[in-house]
Amino acid sequence: MNDVKCECGHVNPHGTVLCEACGKELMIGTITDQLIDMRYEGSARRSQTYNKTIIDKIWNFFSSVKVGVWLIIITLVASSLGTILPQEMYIDLPADVYYEQEYGWFGKLYYQLGFNNLYGSWWYLILIAMIGISLVICSLDRVVPLYKALKAQRVTRHEGFLKRQRVFGVNDVVSESDLTVIKKQLKERHYHIREENGDVLAEKGRFSRWGPYVNHVGLIIFLFGGMLRFIPGMYVNEDLWVREGETAIVPETDGQFYLHNNKFILEHYDKNKDKTFEKAINKAGEVVKNYQSNVVLYKRVGQNLPGEKPNLKKIKDYKVRVNLPLQYEGYSVFQASFRNELNKMSFALTNKQTNISNGELTIDLRDPQMKYDLGKGYSVEILNYFPDFEFAKNGEPTTKSRIPNNPAFVFRMVTPDKPKGETSFVAIKQTIEPFGDNRYKMTFKGIETTNVSGFIVRKDSTLWAIILGGIIFMIGVIQGAYWNHRRIWIQNKNGQVWIAAHTNKNWYGLKREIEGVLADTKLSVPIDQAQIEENEKGGV
Amino acid sequence: MKKRRLVIRSIILLLLGSAVVYSLYANLTRDTKQKVAIGSEAPDFALVDMQGNKHQLSDYRGQGVFLNFWGTWCPPCKKEMPYINNQYHQYKDKGVQVLTVDIQESELAVNQFADRLKLDFPIMIDTDKEVMNTYGIDPLPATFLIDKNGKVVKYYTGELTEDKIREFMEKIKP
Repeated sequence: MNDVKCECGHVNPHGTVLCEACGKELMIGTITDQLIDMRYEGSARRSQTYNKTIIDKIWNFFSSVKVGVWLIIITLVASSLGTILPQEMYIDLPADVYYEQEYGWFGKLYYQLGFNNLYGSWWYLILIAMIGISLVICSLDRVVPLYKALKAQRVTRHEGFLKRQRVFGVNDVVSESDLTVIKKQLKERHYHIREENGDVLAEKGRFSRWGPYVNHVGLIIFLFGGMLRFIPGMYVNEDLWVREGETAIVPETDGQFYLHNNKFILEHYDKNKDKTFEKAINKAGEVVKNYQSNVVLYKRVGQNLPGEKPNLKKIKDYKVRVNLPLQYEGYSVFQASFRNELNKMSFALTNKQTNISNGELTIDLRDPQMKYDLGKGYSVEILNYFPDFEFAKNGEPTTKSRIPNNPAFVFRMVTPDKPKGETSFVAIKQTIEPFGDNRYKMTFKGIETTNVSGFIVRKDSTLWAIILGGIIFMIGVIQGAYWNHRRIWIQNKNGQVWIAAHTNKNWYGLKREIEGVLADTKLSVPIDQAQIEENEKGGV
Repeated sequence: MKKRRLVIRSIILLLLGSAVVYSLYANLTRDTKQKVAIGSEAPDFALVDMQGNKHQLSDYRGQGVFLNFWGTWCPPCKKEMPYINNQYHQYKDKGVQVLTVDIQESELAVNQFADRLKLDFPIMIDTDKEVMNTYGIDPLPATFLIDKNGKVVKYYTGELTEDKIREFMEKIKP
């Protein structure tokens, strides 16, 4: 395939529609009485031309705007499918149970189609990736030839090019002084003026043409930022629960950091103190004023094996409150949640008949002792402990988990009058005496709870890319939206003076501008040929 | 000219393609990725058992290690424990050590569980879930087989039968 030499002498790449230099039509066979399609300056989009190798075929596929639009439509439809039912990360039950149980056959189908984790699925990622590829290739394939064509354009244009511009007019006689006025007027309107053999090309706002491509660069950086999240260590978003008085390893820090929770504080608005809000508080009931955890951040010193006690160095005290995270070395610890857990249970060993207590004991539900000696010959042993009690299918008492949600005990109560001990099973609001009537019982005295602070540990090293991408995106939008690329040709043809004009948008503005430029001259204002065509069609 | 174009296009497509492949790979392996891969060295840890003896994994170099993670509240754990105990006695003189790690439970619960099932292999409590996190364990029970060179031979989750345990022991017998 050869390059095409135009009669003006300029050599154009194969596939060029309009000569880059003079604008003469190079593709023969297009209907001549219509306006020229000025998109991409009639430059050769290479993709449309070379179609030999597999690489070219792939390139051409992604170079098509039609393909790009379809990719976006498909992605939009797919994204909306993911919003019909909750995604897997927001449900409590296992996915294979949840969807069918909650939504019947539709839920089952939804799960079987893999929509339960749609946004993390391979095909969804491929769709997004294809949009990214389409963006890169579409842009490259257009911006390069467009840049070359705009750079190669000459002042003097081919007759056919001028005649078939949308805004076009002919004047028979033009005085030198009128031309001077026009040039002056154009300069005042910030046009850049080039002259060649008495022909004039006035141009402004060419950089507006790069807007969409700048915009695409921003989008690609944005997508790249999204991709960075997949690199280990770039993005951390983990839950961390720390009980009051305990120290926990901060996840995803390689065991570098430990967080100690001194106290969790929950404050409500007090209608007696905040008189302003009295009505609102009466209406809404309890309104939380503050969620706060007083924490200490520690750093590990030296090496220790998992399971060994680490050497910790205190880094700082901090009061973590909502939106006021503890920040250190790129990590942020947010106050996100809290819960109340059973911590201790107290019982009294009482004689059933006399109701006299023979001593009390408090059981730490996380670390119960085997035996509690109450003195004077009274003691209580824990024979069996079920932190999260339930009856198993075979009727045996068992525990569902290690968390003391519903503690139950099998006690042996040793007393001076029953030295062998009596056995009693005690759960919340439930006492069973497996070996008949006991003389003593464990009387429930009270519970103590402890607060557990829920934190979110977050680190995002990808934000700079997202922000940069966003800024460049906006620059591109502004560049393309608030400026127009306008060109006005004033040229000598056949002893007449032809005026033609083109803009990439806002034709009305361009026409107004030309009217202003020509106002103080005898030249007639060029007409909008597209509008005439419209009118003719409408008139019939 | 044409050749250069092909080269440029190939390079751009290759760059874009590799970015996509990497993202896909990283995303799909993120959740399922075993923290401790088969064939890699088992991460060292040190825990103290119920009798107060310290067990450091690397001290068992030269022996196979049957490393089991469990909880007293987990029914399959309860079922497989006696089998593990039987096989522990069969293989302890043949160079296979059994180490079991309970996840974050009270000493009382663990001791009573061990007494009831008459377990006499070393039992350790991972109070801070540190070892559990290092090994990336999710469902219990979970078993790691570690050979005499300290390499992970197998990772198994779910209930074990006695035959399976014997088969595992044979696998790591030095």
